[in-house]
Amino acid sequence: MSIQDKILARAKELMADGTVTSVLGWKKGETYTDPSPAFFTSVEELERDFIFNHFCGQNLSRLLNGRKAEDGKVLMLCKPCDAFSLNQMLGQHRLERDSVYVLGIPSPTILDADKLRAAGIKGIRGSRFARGGEVVLDTLYGEKRIAGKDAVLEKCLSCKTHKFPVSDEILVKPKGEEHDEPENPYRFAGVEELETMTPDERFAFWQSHLKRCIRCNACRNACPVCACVKCVFDNPGSEVAGKSNIDAFDDKLFHVIRAFHVAGRCTDCGECSRACPEGIPLHLLNRKFIKDINRIYGPFQAGASDDGVSPLTEYNTEDMEPGEAILKGSGS
Amino acid sequence: MHRIGVFVCWCGSNIAAIVDVKAVAEALGKEPGVVFSMDYQYMCSEGGQGAIRAAIKEHELTGIVVASCSPRMHENTFRKAAAAAGLNPFLVEIANIREQCSWIHRDKTDATEKALILGRAAIAKLMLNTPLQAGESKVVKRALVIGGGIAGLQTALDIADAGFKVDVVERKPTIGGKMAQLDKTFPTLDCAACILTPKMVEAAQHENITLHTYSQVEAVSGFVGNFTATIRKKARYVDEKACTGCGDCMAKCPSKKAKSEFDQGLKNRPAIYIPFAQAIPNVPVIDTTECIKFKTGKCGICQKICQAKAVDYEQQDTVFKESYGAIIVATGFDTMSPDKYGEFHYEEYPDVITSLEFERLCNAAGPTGGHLVRPSDHKEPKKVVFVQCVGSRNGGDCDGKTYCSKICCMYTAKHAMLTREKYPDSEVYVFYIDVRTPGKNFDEFQRRAIEQYDVHYIKGMVGQVEQNGDTLTVQASDLLNDKQIILDADLVVLAMAVQPEEGARAIGTMLTASMDTNDFFTEAHPKLRPVESPTAGIFLSGLCQGPKDIPETVAQAGAAASKAIGLLAKDHLVTNPCVAGSSNSLCNGCSMCENVCPYGAIGYEDQQVVRDGKRVMARQAVVNEAVCQGCGACTVTCPSGAMDLKGFSTRQILAEVDAICR
Repeated sequence: MSIQDKILARAKELMADGTVTSVLGWKKGETYTDPSPAFFTSVEELERDFIFNHFCGQNLSRLLNGRKAEDGKVLMLCKPCDAFSLNQMLGQHRLERDSVYVLGIPSPTILDADKLRAAGIKGIRGSRFARGGEVVLDTLYGEKRIAGKDAVLEKCLSCKTHKFPVSDEILVKPKGEEHDEPENPYRFAGVEELETMTPDERFAFWQSHLKRCIRCNACRNACPVCACVKCVFDNPGSEVAGKSNIDAFDDKLFHVIRAFHVAGRCTDCGECSRACPEGIPLHLLNRKFIKDINRIYGPFQAGASDDGVSPLTEYNTEDMEPGEAILKGSGS
Repeated sequence: MHRIGVFVCWCGSNIAAIVDVKAVAEALGKEPGVVFSMDYQYMCSEGGQGAIRAAIKEHELTGIVVASCSPRMHENTFRKAAAAAGLNPFLVEIANIREQCSWIHRDKTDATEKALILGRAAIAKLMLNTPLQAGESKVVKRALVIGGGIAGLQTALDIADAGFKVDVVERKPTIGGKMAQLDKTFPTLDCAACILTPKMVEAAQHENITLHTYSQVEAVSGFVGNFTATIRKKARYVDEKACTGCGDCMAKCPSKKAKSEFDQGLKNRPAIYIPFAQAIPNVPVIDTTECIKFKTGKCGICQKICQAKAVDYEQQDTVFKESYGAIIVATGFDTMSPDKYGEFHYEEYPDVITSLEFERLCNAAGPTGGHLVRPSDHKEPKKVVFVQCVGSRNGGDCDGKTYCSKICCMYTAKHAMLTREKYPDSEVYVFYIDVRTPGKNFDEFQRRAIEQYDVHYIKGMVGQVEQNGDTLTVQASDLLNDKQIILDADLVVLAMAVQPEEGARAIGTMLTASMDTNDFFTEAHPKLRPVESPTAGIFLSGLCQGPKDIPETVAQAGAAASKAIGLLAKDHLVTNPCVAGSSNSLCNGCSMCENVCPYGAIGYEDQQVVRDGKRVMARQAVVNEAVCQGCGACTVTCPSGAMDLKGFSTRQILAEVDAICR
């Protein structure tokens, strides 16, 4: 029985027995590579439209923002990384715990449709991982093979864990749950590279990327923690935007401010980069904060608990003095 | 329509010498919204204030900017002047062109330009000011003194004598502190116990004082005039009310291997013990780490023989809460451990001792009954070497303290004289960096050690102490004669640096009272407010604020008490209207502000709000304005900008930044 079938069977059961009134998952898109998130309200819809494949990358947590128990219980199909986001939202009271039934599902390792397109692979109809991590794609033009690292989505390459910080039920027990997972060396490699640059090089790097930003707000709308009732950038009263109109780069400060706003809350789910239509590596901004927080205050993973506490908004007597933190925070 | 008045102060030559005040006044007078500007020699003088009052009335000013010194100095003066002329005092803004401009710049052109910019920023902020009304909060007429040493006791007695209730919380099983351990006190050589114990008894008997010994302050919330402290009274395992203090339990206790803390480990004590004869309360405490009953479950002798049936192995800690108007920190000091200074081999050689151990060895109630002998073989020492400044004036790479401990010169002179008095045939050496004896009758005292007692004072530090048979070989430098000297000694006494009591940092954090890098509490002003913490309602008594001797400690304790009495005598305090408030249309209900608020001033409740044009119930932040201290931590934490601070709104701050960057 495939994972998709297992999920479908369990979702149907939970709907049938009244545990949940709806299901939040993914439905088929026009092609195999563009499934989209969807709320299913009937078994028929599920049977007709539900899909779970290597392209179901979107973090569904954000779609539950503001949900209340009175809205009825929804079954959330929750990958491990999404569970951190959900837990972080729970800690910040952004939805009611009773409004969601969290079904932990294994991450299928998400593939990056853009990378595949760039590699000249088109007309994808199916996908699987071969032994050794190679990706095998069934296309209209026959079977194509590509190395995993060239096909896998950034957020999965920098995967932090397969464990669930929150769940009501876990569909398939993740392998090695009892063991501590080794640190993924790839996770901070990009940040370390940036840290070795001179400030001028770093500025040039960000300018080269951020100049492509079209301010579509996809990063903001996908982010599970950047989910204010009203964003400061949509509120003229907050006066954060357009502070130096003579400089075109001012507009791009949106991303810097956004990174500051989610610092200490960002679970590193990678949605910002995944959602960006311009391929801007926004996750690097957030990940620099995460790296610094880990170094200054000790290892911390936002969303690992639902107490809503972060090292940046909490003080304890073991905390480093600010001067010391500045020294340690700069560079590596 | 804004009608702003600008008043530029010369501060004599403090500002005028480096800032062209006339040019600043003239330029600011042309800023949009400004209808009047002037400069004046001393804006804070009666003449200056009069000019402000007159201008407000004559020009119907809607707000004023005073370009002068720091708002910490005269903001209140100018607010009162404005209020006297009928202007809301919160429509006054200060541009600090002294501390932040004239004092730190040398170039007149630059300084003048900066003063102008600071003035513009203040005008930009003032444009967005709104009139604010101060409220009132009640003062709880009860004080909390943390620490029951001489500092805490003196403060408590003075406050209690003024008619206010005082609770003293002491961590140790008895009050008395370090002074109780001392033998004689300089410069008069009266015995410490003789002058301390009457104070201890007085505190215990005072109808306004409640002593909580063997207790700790666990948490403090609230604000000036209305703090709430959580106090843990640790289990003594002896009922304080029933115990008669007969001491039978101590005599019969089979566990006698614990080192007496009071005697600096020079003597053993039973597991159930009273630290010293005059301890208050005169009630034993069981050291559970030593007690055989607690360790093995067998024994129970103390309970069996106690005729008062006071021993209770089941006793639990009790935790209670109490409200206080003022809190006085009197946490005192400890001496640094000599471990860091390997050259003295303190851990290895029993005859290398600290000054506090020396005090105990001299004391009639001490481990040797006042017979000054070496700890190793109980022989009378005939050659004694005192080393001053161990750990003091020794910062940087040396791992010591940068500061002078202040008391060591005097007590070492005292120790030297006491030794010579006890053993007229003894030879006494004191190694010093400098001898510092300012104080009434202090220098005379130290000169007496040299001139009448023939104590050898040698300028230089001891480099090494080695055990050589049953004597110690001391290798030192004599800086005045520029030579290395080697001395034999029977006893080496180290004057260890004083440092704040171990728990001081935690207390400081609990009270949000600032501390310096050495963990001494910081004064609100080093000269003008020496016994107040910058945190309102917190006062400082004794060594917790910096090194000082007994007379200074007692004087400061009295000063701290008088400040606390001044607060407690008021029925109400005027509250700061610059408090936080949350906007319903923006609040996410995320609790970040609640988590970060150091005063516990923010709570959450479900309120009806309008979202997407619909009325819905949503979790919303609510600020308790009586508790909020206006620190602004919530406003910078709030991701959506819902939380804002009255008088210092985000818009106002950004308007200032804009004005500066214009």
